[in-house]
Amino acid sequence: MSGKHYLPLTDEDRHKMLATIGADTVEDLFSDIPDAVRLKGELNLPPAMSELEMLRHLDALAAKNKHFLNCVSFMGAGIYDHFIPSVIKHVTSRSEFYTSYTPYQPEVSQGVLQSIFEYQTMICQLTGMDVSNASMYDGGTAVTEGAVMGCGATRRSRVLVSQSVSPYYRAVIKNYFHSRGLTLDEIPLKDGCTDRGKLEEMLDDDVATVVMQQPNFFGMVENMSGIADLVHSHKALLLVSADPISLALLQTPAEYGADIVVGEGQCLGVPASFGGPVLGIMAAREKFVRQMPGRIVGETVDSEGNRGFVLTLQTREQHIRREKAASNICSNEALVALAASVYLATMGPQGMREVAEQCLQKANYAKEKITSLNGYSLAFPGINFKEFAVTVPGDPAVLNRKLLEKNILGGVELGPLYPGFKNTMLFAFTEKRTREEIDTLVGELEGWK
Amino acid sequence: MRKSKALLFEMSRSGRQGYSLPSCDVPVKPLEQIVPHSLQRSSDLDLPELSEVEVIRHYTELSTRNFGVDTGFYPLGSCTMKYNPKVNEEAAMLPGFAYMHPCQPEETAQGALELLYNMEQDLIELTGMDRFTLQPAAGAHGELTGLMLIQAYHRSRGDNKRNKVLIPLSAHGTNPATVSMAGYEVVQIPCDDRGLVDLEALKAVVDETTSALMLTNPSTLGLFEEEIVAIAKAIHEAGGLLYYDGANMNAIMGYTRPGDMGFDVVHLNIHKTFATPHGGGGPGGGPVGVKERLIPFLPVPLVEKNDNQFSFNYDLPDSIGKIHSFYGNFGVVIKAYTYLKMMGAQGLKQASGDAVLNANYLMNLLKKTYYLPYDRYCKHEFVLSARPEKKKGAGAGDIAKALLDRGFHPPTVYFPLIVEEALMIEPTETESKETLDAFAKTMEDIAKDIDRDAEKVAHGPYNTVVGRLDEVRAARNPILRWTKK
Ligand SMILES: Cc1ncc(COP(=O)(O)O)c(C=O)c1O
Repeated sequence: MSGKHYLPLTDEDRHKMLATIGADTVEDLFSDIPDAVRLKGELNLPPAMSELEMLRHLDALAAKNKHFLNCVSFMGAGIYDHFIPSVIKHVTSRSEFYTSYTPYQPEVSQGVLQSIFEYQTMICQLTGMDVSNASMYDGGTAVTEGAVMGCGATRRSRVLVSQSVSPYYRAVIKNYFHSRGLTLDEIPLKDGCTDRGKLEEMLDDDVATVVMQQPNFFGMVENMSGIADLVHSHKALLLVSADPISLALLQTPAEYGADIVVGEGQCLGVPASFGGPVLGIMAAREKFVRQMPGRIVGETVDSEGNRGFVLTLQTREQHIRREKAASNICSNEALVALAASVYLATMGPQGMREVAEQCLQKANYAKEKITSLNGYSLAFPGINFKEFAVTVPGDPAVLNRKLLEKNILGGVELGPLYPGFKNTMLFAFTEKRTREEIDTLVGELEGWK
Repeated sequence: MRKSKALLFEMSRSGRQGYSLPSCDVPVKPLEQIVPHSLQRSSDLDLPELSEVEVIRHYTELSTRNFGVDTGFYPLGSCTMKYNPKVNEEAAMLPGFAYMHPCQPEETAQGALELLYNMEQDLIELTGMDRFTLQPAAGAHGELTGLMLIQAYHRSRGDNKRNKVLIPLSAHGTNPATVSMAGYEVVQIPCDDRGLVDLEALKAVVDETTSALMLTNPSTLGLFEEEIVAIAKAIHEAGGLLYYDGANMNAIMGYTRPGDMGFDVVHLNIHKTFATPHGGGGPGGGPVGVKERLIPFLPVPLVEKNDNQFSFNYDLPDSIGKIHSFYGNFGVVIKAYTYLKMMGAQGLKQASGDAVLNANYLMNLLKKTYYLPYDRYCKHEFVLSARPEKKKGAGAGDIAKALLDRGFHPPTVYFPLIVEEALMIEPTETESKETLDAFAKTMEDIAKDIDRDAEKVAHGPYNTVVGRLDEVRAARNPILRWTKK
């Protein structure tokens, strides 16, 4: 029988156990299922596979995909091909970590709990915030729950979101807000950044949260000076979705006055995995901790005074507060947060700085080269961190197809995401891209059309 | 042996490094020329500085301070802590999956799309639903998606007065929390003396304001809702929909299907039923299946197959939109897919059969010593009450700590809320009879210990790396990060 290697009971065991129970057959144990809803016959699933057959099948499927190891990728838009040190996989493959549940029993979960406490600390160090939670599902849900958190903290129900925030994230916010009956208004773009004049006009004393992204979706470093003061003058909160890598180099959200910081943590040593599992980062100023969703780990002591860690401030959470909870989140992305922790511990301050500087230098090298090509122009003038938007002389889908012939995963097309940006693409450059790879890309672009 | 473990930050020494990167091979410009000083970080980035070996030893030691399914028996009720097959991990790490970008063109992602498509087909058959989205990243995320779909359905019919969702008292906390997140009001339904939904009480509250009933079947008591047909009828006749919390699907695979029971929307917890590891709290996956009439509202994109070509379909004008930035936890779906394909129809049915057999066997062994409030066949789990032990001085939480000392992970405690001093036990099918016998014997020993010296049991554990941790202190005086002294 298939799956037997995961099922230790023998027929003899089953007989003995049924005798103890006082039942004749296993079927008897299901006698409470009414006949009307019982499955007659067997599930119609394809024949089961052995491990070897399964691996062959998976290999065959995987072989149909392009990926970062058989292509050179210039795709970004929130998910990046950064270098992943070997140590990470080795730590996250320790099965004491990966086969454990949420640490409800702290005395046998100190490994996971301490790693989360360290994660929370490092997220605070990166963002300049006071507190971090243990993780959200991804960047999109983190932004969304952060915006909702702002509504809870201000007791208001209208949120302003800049159109320079990832359209992937805005789609999630929109959906959550629609369902819950919260109001969402989008702040228009000006030259690829948030239109400050419009923000000023739209801000009112009914606004809970202003949502921005830094660097924004087009890879541009927004000028944040004065924004927090403006937002705070209406007693609203400033939420910023930040690229964690950029924080090694750019002003921290705390430095420009943000109240809540969220972000996508995939860039911190996590495989892209077609967009998931990734990591929702969520941090805030201390005074908002009681409105924060999700697990939070705190330090305490045991009966003998030894330091230890536990899940804490649980009166925010669904299992205690039920319909009054800050969020419904239960399972999160703990193992991905562990990967990010190992990454941050491995890179340290210099490593993070080096990665950030290389991204910046390489993107700006490419920016100069590409925008000097005939027919290519920068979509918006400004400061770019690791990606930038380019208007290309033709259909980006056609260009990408041509690049694929050279095993290049080209840029993300902006047309489907921003009506009006038909011939515009977003190219990303991480520390992994070499000069040769960038020059090859430039050469291919030059030769097109 | 008791001891604390140093934090990364306490091990840090200025000048140590754990990484190696190639040097920058493009012409380097002065930073100032690219980013003005005023936009640069001014505070120090005080991340720890460690060599690679220190990082590895740190996390290896932390792992030894943690208990997983691979360590031992983990009968945490409602969580289905079954063995996590190793081949699943290999599958998700294949470079052709792990290093894919979510925005890469469809023609370069045919294998991934095929896998998603196949997975959907298997889930449809397993549950009796008509279509699935694999986008939700966990069970609670699936619940929210499900309620959004139900809301969109009612709204599309101009039926705007349905502002209530019914939930039995035994429901998991995520159910009522989800109801609020979707902007609904919770109506609690009591249980009858058999531990099942009180059908009369349900009928008394269901009306034209009922949007849906959220039900876990078997319930969190591990009991099958025998009146499911009548329950479904009552809800449907009032124009409401039925939502299935699939956290307990492990009890019924191949025996019955939520789609056949009358459920309109279903979520599954693939990190429970389909053996994907829980990762110390995640990532999981919460695919949502629906009946025909709810398909138009599913999140975009859906995966379609035409002439052996697979594609993403964004053309769903009534779709609720997106609930995850991309396609959900693809990496976790790969693991669940591997499990399903290797189990097949017979293997899955056998898994549920053995899960239910193991639970009933253990229940019969334990009810000799502990109070079993609902004494009838259970499904994959059962709930004991430690009320008598609590009166002697050691309750459910203390019994849990005593189990830690004896090498077992404890059951879920203090849930479901309708059982006082609840001990919710789910052995799963991947445990042997010997393990169950040893666990039962240990539980008997603990009961004897309580009779002898409840006070001592109430102060355990004694053999763990730290003693009982002061949770009250942690909440009263929150220390949520390390700070430099
Ligand atoms: C009955 C039930 N419903 C829902 C959930 C929530 O699932 P998740 O943690 O995947 O969000 C759980 C998980 O513990 C559960 O047991």
